[in-house]
Amino acid sequence: MIVAQPKPIKEVLEMVRDFKKILVVGCKGCVTVCNVGGAKEVGVLAAALRIAGKRSGRDIAVHEHTLERQCDPEYVGELEETIHDYDAVISIACGVGPQFLSERYPGVRIFPGVNTQFMGGAEAHGIWSERCAGCGTCVVHYFGGLCPIARCSKSLLNGPCGGSSNGKCEISKDVECIWDTIVRKMMEQDRLDELVEFKPPKSWSTARDGGPRRMSREELVK
Amino acid sequence: MSEYKSGSNLEKVLKSGQFAFTGECGPPQGANVEHLREKAGHLKGCVDAVNVTDNQTAVVRMSSWAASLILLQEGLEPNFQMVCRDRNRLAIQSDILGVYSMGIRNMLCLSGDHQKFGNHPDAKNVFDIDSMQLIHTVKTMRDEGKFLNGQDVDVPPRLFIGAASNPFAEPFDFRVYRLAKKISAGADFIQTQCIYNMAKFREFMKKAVDMGLHEKCYILAGVTPMKSVGMALYMAKQVPGMDVPDSLIQRLRGAGKGKVAEEGIRFALEQIEEFKEMEGVAGVHLMAIEWEHRVPEIAERAGVLPRPAV
Repeated sequence: MIVAQPKPIKEVLEMVRDFKKILVVGCKGCVTVCNVGGAKEVGVLAAALRIAGKRSGRDIAVHEHTLERQCDPEYVGELEETIHDYDAVISIACGVGPQFLSERYPGVRIFPGVNTQFMGGAEAHGIWSERCAGCGTCVVHYFGGLCPIARCSKSLLNGPCGGSSNGKCEISKDVECIWDTIVRKMMEQDRLDELVEFKPPKSWSTARDGGPRRMSREELVK
Repeated sequence: MSEYKSGSNLEKVLKSGQFAFTGECGPPQGANVEHLREKAGHLKGCVDAVNVTDNQTAVVRMSSWAASLILLQEGLEPNFQMVCRDRNRLAIQSDILGVYSMGIRNMLCLSGDHQKFGNHPDAKNVFDIDSMQLIHTVKTMRDEGKFLNGQDVDVPPRLFIGAASNPFAEPFDFRVYRLAKKISAGADFIQTQCIYNMAKFREFMKKAVDMGLHEKCYILAGVTPMKSVGMALYMAKQVPGMDVPDSLIQRLRGAGKGKVAEEGIRFALEQIEEFKEMEGVAGVHLMAIEWEHRVPEIAERAGVLPRPAV
């Protein structure tokens, strides 16, 4: 899933401090799963905005709405009738949400309520970590099913570097050295020959380096 | 065709079978050319080549190619270091051509410390290619006359290719294989991380010799004399991949006030004596960090002077 975290409330309040009619829009996709942008969090943010408005003596109206998904025109269209009633809309979907809203409703001021972090998963309740960098050409099978592009701080394809220590990365004791895990796993599997094989430079043309990406699948395009 | 790959002094010394002795010089955090010349001056005549670090520890300094050229002007042979952190493959290949064109003949290929350590932690890193691929890039440009895209290089850069090896990083069992991988990728010589744990290094070298790696590549053992107990503790605790045994820290502590630096040098000299005899070790790389003025004394006491004229 796409993992996000709430923007600091002070920052959100600052963004919308000049607006009186505010709509908070959630998403039932990834951000609901990672407890940051679903209906529950829409309620929490809306309440915080109302309380802040009251405290500062401003008369503001905050409404709530949670879409099935903000990354799909079908659901974004749901706001057609109501969105123009607001002078500010806060999307608490991933970074796709505020953009789909901005594109669909060019006359409306849209603000992001969360900071999108990465593509990853939940290690445990309340703990998420990165797994995929979206490079466009998956190679995890060469590395014991683990991705050094997303998970090595230097994206080394021929790691581990000299900074690997006690299974941790040189940048922080809180960061796993994925190369340590890859090497141990592959040596255990008796795959040393694959580990010592030179991995040539990767083509980043399918990654973001190749420019903003667009994909169309003929069989689905009507 | 020359019998040498690059014809650098370092290559000639190593190929002649003499024990090599290389030094290191960090460029200034500014355009202080005089200070760089002064530091380099201490190394003159004491070493076969001088490593010029490339934004070491991700701290911005004068570019390694520019500082290397200043060393050339001073009559020293630079070992130009290049990291993959700050350049993509276009910049890497053009800098390789640039330094060769200006007379640089040795190049050390590194991935580079992560920018999080340095003085611009907000920077975006590059890591388009890694150190292994960098070694292979230089070799391909030199020996096949090809760029990474397969196109011809109009006059290939004839560089002596260096790489680093850290025998103390983990997983320890894999380290010698990674060294072998660097040699297969094209490394002509290796400079190791600073060695303090001699027992572990002996074990590492034995494996390397058993695999015949010393016959395919020159391995230079890394030595950094400890200047103080504080430095030893910092190296032991703060520098990832560094192995400083407690026994060494105790030895430095036991030296007494004002005598720790001398004890650090003594330990380094003992190491160098052992490296001279150790099978598979072709020389020593002395990294006297901000201690360039002590290099002549260390070289003298290590019995590596005068340096061979080849």
